[in-house]
This record gives sequence, structure tokens and C-alpha cells, in this order.
Amino acid sequence: MAQARRELKVFFSNPNALFGVAFLAAVAFAALFASAFYPGDPMEMVARPFLWPGQDGAYPLGTDSMGRDVLAGILHGARISLTVGIAATALGLTAGIAIGASAGYFGGLIDDLLVKFIEIFQTLPSFVLLVVLVAIAQPTTSTVTVAIAIVSWPTVARLTRAEFRAIREKDYVLAARGLGFGHVRIIFREILPNALPPLIVTSSVMVASAILMESALSFMGLGDPNRVSWGSMIGAGRDVIRTAWYLTALPGLAIVFTVLALNLIGDGLNDALNPRFSEER
Amino acid sequence: MSAYKRVWRTVRKTIVQAVPTMLGIVILNFFLLKLAPGDAADVMAAESGSATVRSMAALRERFGLDNPILVQLANYLNNLAHFSLGFSPRYGMPVADPIGQRLPGTLMLMLIALFIAITMGLILGSLMATFSGRLADRLISIVSLLFYSIPGFWIGLMLILLFSVKLGWLPSGGDSTIGSSLTGISAILDRARYMVLPATSLSLFYLAIYARLTRASMLEVKSQDFVRTARAKGVSPFSLTTRHVLRNALIPITTMAGMHFGGMLGGAVVVETVYSWPGLGRLAFEAVMARDFSVLLGILLLSSFLVIVANAAVDLLQAWLDPRIGASR
Repeated sequence: MAQARRELKVFFSNPNALFGVAFLAAVAFAALFASAFYPGDPMEMVARPFLWPGQDGAYPLGTDSMGRDVLAGILHGARISLTVGIAATALGLTAGIAIGASAGYFGGLIDDLLVKFIEIFQTLPSFVLLVVLVAIAQPTTSTVTVAIAIVSWPTVARLTRAEFRAIREKDYVLAARGLGFGHVRIIFREILPNALPPLIVTSSVMVASAILMESALSFMGLGDPNRVSWGSMIGAGRDVIRTAWYLTALPGLAIVFTVLALNLIGDGLNDALNPRFSEER
Repeated sequence: MSAYKRVWRTVRKTIVQAVPTMLGIVILNFFLLKLAPGDAADVMAAESGSATVRSMAALRERFGLDNPILVQLANYLNNLAHFSLGFSPRYGMPVADPIGQRLPGTLMLMLIALFIAITMGLILGSLMATFSGRLADRLISIVSLLFYSIPGFWIGLMLILLFSVKLGWLPSGGDSTIGSSLTGISAILDRARYMVLPATSLSLFYLAIYARLTRASMLEVKSQDFVRTARAKGVSPFSLTTRHVLRNALIPITTMAGMHFGGMLGGAVVVETVYSWPGLGRLAFEAVMARDFSVLLGILLLSSFLVIVANAAVDLLQAWLDPRIGASR
């Protein structure tokens, strides 16, 4: 408990991490209340096209080539980015932990087979695999989420396996085994809590890279066609970049700052949870 | 143990490991191809516009699509063993042809991007490690974190906006001036102008990773005894950094560069669509749009193979450079 408090203190005394938390909270707020601010469909035409930001007070970030409100699009887009990012990470973590824990805990033949399985998925170039999966399954928000989870679980599995192999031999685990505890109890109650710190750090970076992957997919036209996302806004703005570059720049800035916030949080967590690596700072 | 012996051991170990991985990937690829909506007969029937149930059945028989799935898998493996990736009805040629045409473009782009990322990453990382904890370190580390957070396609578009649209210095897409009859040096310079923006867009993300990695591993090496000895011996700070610290810090970076090959191929897919760069990524994008899954999966298979080759090359390089690797076992 005291340790957890110390770690929180380290995390919250880091200005970069605080900036990350604050910005991410703002994005989450935008995602939650997008429908309250802009109840209509953000894909509807509301004003004349190509209003520049600041030109009309009612549309502070302007309108796009179809007369859609850019600010409404960015707020609604936050929803897709965060949902896909968090859901894909949760799925990837679950699968990765399950597979990595079994490999690391049981060892032997199970380990050999699972390591080979992980290796196959790590060898496949992840974005190419992602494009293939989404193209085969037809792009919707849920297929994109599952596909991102499929390409991101191997990292978690490797990490979990390494942690489990190291912790498996610790005295308290041997003691638990000696007391006759079952595998499930040892895995979930004894080893997993101690393997969590690196997984927590990884998960914030995973959300960041899931958001990047989702935006790249929808930029290429492989996102859910019925929902507005930051990537698809950039994809649409691209055609008019010569005359209306703000349509490409603004959603891009939303992605950059959200991903930056998550990476800053990841760095902060890393410093707080693994003080060993940050002595030089 | 001699360097040759170490390398030979690594070669053997790599082959033993790579063969089952490749087989697993091939089988996975086959089942993905089966999952894809519509088989080759459907595509050809749609192309011709006049298909009957009987002609479809005949087509399926000709392509062996009416066989049990395991027989089809065996045929697929047999074709691959003869370096045939299948036939693309959409392009009207074997799948390997368009892929072979586009491969050099992508490899070129990736190698140049990797070169930029490693050189700049090493320079920035050494600067950070040298000034660790001071302003320069903090500034560069924020910049590198920013590079790490920028989507490649977006920075690509922003670079086009600045350097092509506003300043007019560099071309916005393609790989060489169309219809130009340049030869020799001027042809190379012309291609280089087209290479600058895509390679930069692709490299920024990796540049950030290498800079951070260089910083971390240099700080680690710096605290080791042999560095203190060298300093006590009176080695100049510059030569200490380059010859003693950086050299040892290079090993984790080469490992990472090998691991990033696959990631970079994926990055190239997006960057190539931004710059209409005639490479594999652009081909993958066209294949998705045309719903040509045989080409798409051919690209996936070939790129996985390239990842295996790249990893093996890095292993060999390290076995050659570092006596500690490959000596045990």
C-alpha cells in the first residue's frame, strides 16, 4: 500500500505525465459529451462549404468541402479513437496475458508451442496483416477493434511470459505451491499482481498505437464508413490540401496530441513503477 | 572460437527456427485466403460478366477449388515450393509479377528511411546522453516523443503542404519525373528529390525510437568499468564517446532495427499511398480497393518472408561482431 502511494506520488509530481493526464481527460470529456454539444449527425451538411476557422463564430473550426462542421467531427471522432483504442487494448491485453501466462507458468512443451505461435504473429508485418484482416472482414468499428487486438497481443504475451518465468521461481511462489494452492490461484493471486507494473506501462503505449493504427486505416478508407473519425477526416481533407489545408491539419493535431498525451503517461508510469531505469533522470 | 564458426552456428540455429515459423505463416495465409469473400472463380465470373452455374463449376474445377480443403492446402504449398503465388484475375498475370515489379521501390524507400532514422537517432541520442539531465536532453527528448506520436501519413501530408504546395521545392508524389530523358547523375538526383519527403515521413517514428534507445544504452555503457579505465587512461571525451561508448551501445540498436523491418513495411504501406510511390504498399492499397485478395495475401506472405530474412541478417551480423553471441550452446 505504502509502495503504491509512493508510486502515485512520483507519477503525479512529473509535469509531463500531468500534462498527459489533463489532455487525455479533455479528450475523454469530448468523447463523452460530443452528442450533448452536437446532438445531430456530424456527417450532415450544416453550413456553406470551406468556411475557414474563425470565419464564422458558429463554426469555430470551419466547415469542410461538404459543409460539415469540423469541430463536431473532431469531437465525435474522439469517441471512435478512444473506444477503438481502449477496447482493442483491453482485448489484446486479455489474450496476451492468457497466452503469455500459460507459456511462462507451465513451461515445457506448452511453452515451446506457444512461443512458436507468438513468433508467427510477431513475424507477420502488423500493419499489413491489419489491412488484410480488415479488408477480409469488412470494415466496421468492431472488426477494426478486433483486428487491432489481433496484431497487438503478441507484445503483451512475450512480456507476460518473461515476467512469469522470472517470478515463477521466487520463494513466495514456491511457498504457495508447497501449500498446495491450485494453478489458477497461483497464477492470478500470486504471480499476476507482481507481473503487472510493466504491463501497465505497456497498456498506455498500446492505446496510443491502437489510435495510430485506427487513424491510418480510416485514412486509407478502411474505417467504418458510417462514422466520422479523425483519420477519415484527414483522408477527405487530403484532396483539397492545396486550398483548404486546415481540413488536414486540425484532425491530425487531435491525433498527435492524444497520442502524445498517452505516451507521456506511459513514460511517467515507467518512471514511477520501474525506478531502476530512471536513475539518470 | 573463430568468427566463422560462430556465424556458422548462428546460420544453423536460424534455419532451424525459421522453417517452422514460415510454414505456420504459409498455413495461416492459406486460411485467410479461404476466409476472404469470393474465390477466384467468383472474381473471374464477375470480370467476364457472363457466368452460368456450369461455367463457374468448370472454373472451380480448373483451379482445383472443388477439392477438399486439405488437398487445396497441399496444392497451395506445392505451388509455393515452385515459387508460384497463384494467379491474379484482376491483373491478368501471376501474382508474383506485380509484386516483383513493386518490391525494389519499397525496399529502396525502407533502406533510405532506415538509414536516416539510425544516423539521426544515433546523433540525437548521443547528444541526449552527453547532456543528460540538462536542457538539451529535455528538449530533444520532448521532440523525439513528438516524432513518436505523429502518424506517418499526416506528417507526410504536412511535408507536402510545406515543401511542395507552399515552397514548391520538392515534388509531391511519384518516384521520378514522368517523361524525362535524364541519364547518369542527373537521373539519380531527380530520383533523390522524389525520395526526400517519403523517406523522411517514414523515418521520423523510428528516429524517435533510436534516439531514446541510444540515450538509454549509452548511459548504461558509460557507467561500466572499461569506460572508466579508458577515461583514466586519458582518452579524449570525443573518442571515448564514439569509440568506446557508442560502439557498445550499437548492439541493442541493430537488434531493434532488425525487429522494426516488419513495422517499417507497414509504415511504407501508408506513406506510399500518400506519395503515390510505386511500391508494395501502394500495390496492397490497390489490391484492397480492387478486392484482389490473392495479390494482398501474396504481399503479406512475401513481406513476412522478408522479415525473417532481415532478422536472420541481423543475427548473423551480431554473431560476427560480438564474440559473446552464438558462442554458448
